[in-house]
Amino acid sequence: MTSVCVTRVPRGHYRFWHVARMEWIKFRTLRSTWWTIGISVAGAVAIGVAVGRGTKSASGDLTNNALAGMVPGLLLAGVLGVLMMTSEYSSGTIRATLGSVPGRRRLLAAKAAVFGAVTLAAGEVAAFASFLAGRATLPHGIPAPALGQPGVLRAVVLSGASFCLIGLLGLGLGAIIRHSPAAIGVLVGGVYVVAQVIGAVAHGVRAYMPILIVGNSISTTKPLSCGGSAGQCQQPLPAWTGLGMLCLYAVAALAVGGWLLSRRDA
Amino acid sequence: MIEVRGLTKRYGRVLAVDAFSFDVRPGVVTGFLGPNGSGKSTTMRMMLGLDAPDRGAVRIAGRRYRELGWPLREVGALLETRAFHPGRSARAHLAALAASNAIPFRRVDEVLGLVGLESAAGRRTGKFSLGMAQRLGIAAALLGDPGVLLLDEPVNGLDPEGIRWIRDLMKSLAAEGRMVFVSSHLINEMAVTADRLIVIGAGRLLADTTVAELSARSASLEDAFLELTSGTVEYRGAPGGRPPGLARRATQGRTS
Repeated sequence: MTSVCVTRVPRGHYRFWHVARMEWIKFRTLRSTWWTIGISVAGAVAIGVAVGRGTKSASGDLTNNALAGMVPGLLLAGVLGVLMMTSEYSSGTIRATLGSVPGRRRLLAAKAAVFGAVTLAAGEVAAFASFLAGRATLPHGIPAPALGQPGVLRAVVLSGASFCLIGLLGLGLGAIIRHSPAAIGVLVGGVYVVAQVIGAVAHGVRAYMPILIVGNSISTTKPLSCGGSAGQCQQPLPAWTGLGMLCLYAVAALAVGGWLLSRRDA
Repeated sequence: MIEVRGLTKRYGRVLAVDAFSFDVRPGVVTGFLGPNGSGKSTTMRMMLGLDAPDRGAVRIAGRRYRELGWPLREVGALLETRAFHPGRSARAHLAALAASNAIPFRRVDEVLGLVGLESAAGRRTGKFSLGMAQRLGIAAALLGDPGVLLLDEPVNGLDPEGIRWIRDLMKSLAAEGRMVFVSSHLINEMAVTADRLIVIGAGRLLADTTVAELSARSASLEDAFLELTSGTVEYRGAPGGRPPGLARRATQGRTS
């Protein structure tokens, strides 16, 4: 029996940035991810333009109107987040991935970092482009909001960030559920349908539902009021509190996803 | 050396792998032979840390898989075909894996050349034939120039030229002093490829032997293998290769 030492393995250990680099290459080499991001940005801007053109009076929150397209765009960010994880399972890539990176929590952390950075950038582009486009297309005679006015910059920036946070919520759900249709169903059904229904029925928790946080807390310049019957409905969360809630949802989903990922057979 | 000790895995009521213990040594091709469903893939998945054993452990040069510093540079694995996203090119798939273990990117084109896929490197893998997918899987296994190769049914989907190529490749890798552990249900393929043989059936280790030793037990290696695994085959066709016709229905019986 020969016992030649054939390969020299360098000292040390793969690090987080190696894994992040792998995830970045995986992300950028799929055409479908860029299409999805492009469509959600374009869709957000298009809705902002449509709402801007249809504005009849300056009485409403025009910044909030211009950002109306962010909510449907969030759906695509969330679905993309789900697919970042579930497509690994459906294609079998997960076995190649875990073969090269057996540290599963580190893998999910690197995925979240790369995906979070890309969706944050895309979300900010979408938010600023929607705001500027919605503002530019306001009819004559209606004073356009400016980024320097109170709360406007905050609304735009946080709306962009919500894109990233819903995306990370999707990534966490993908790691928990692993099957694309089921995970997308839970995301869309949970965030867009069940949460909205709960919000409509149980006013006490209404302010904590993700889409209402984005629509009523994050993307507004002034707090919405409930109309006359203030005693019956809860005020929306303040913008930063709303952002904190979205962070909490994303972190909770990722934490459970990471825990399951490291416990389950791949 | 790879040490498999008391490896046990249960899926529900099925004992897929029942207390396997064996060694894989450097410098030889070790064949891992067993009928379909005998626990080969499960064992290989546990060797790679993909599935957690219920009991027992696998140590590669004294460490568990997840303790390896640079897994791809130490162990190259081909688990099944299509361990890659159909929308990604062959080169991108390998580049991503290379990045994770700080393997220089020139190595990507090197292994693509080695498996004969250089002309298809930029094509999306969803369009690959079974044979091309298998070659890409082998390229991924060789990417880190590892001292240990774990190959699950590597000849699947390859044409005769490809089968000859992978056989010669495995032998030359072993001759360089590497550990080559290759699973198959094709006894004749193992007869011409492997030096040592680990034979399993229905989750049990049946023999840990050499090809020469096993073939000396019976008229041929095939006969010896069939005798060894006769109690463990899950599905069996009609005797004598009789086609299931009107005159006599072939019945499939579960024997395990």
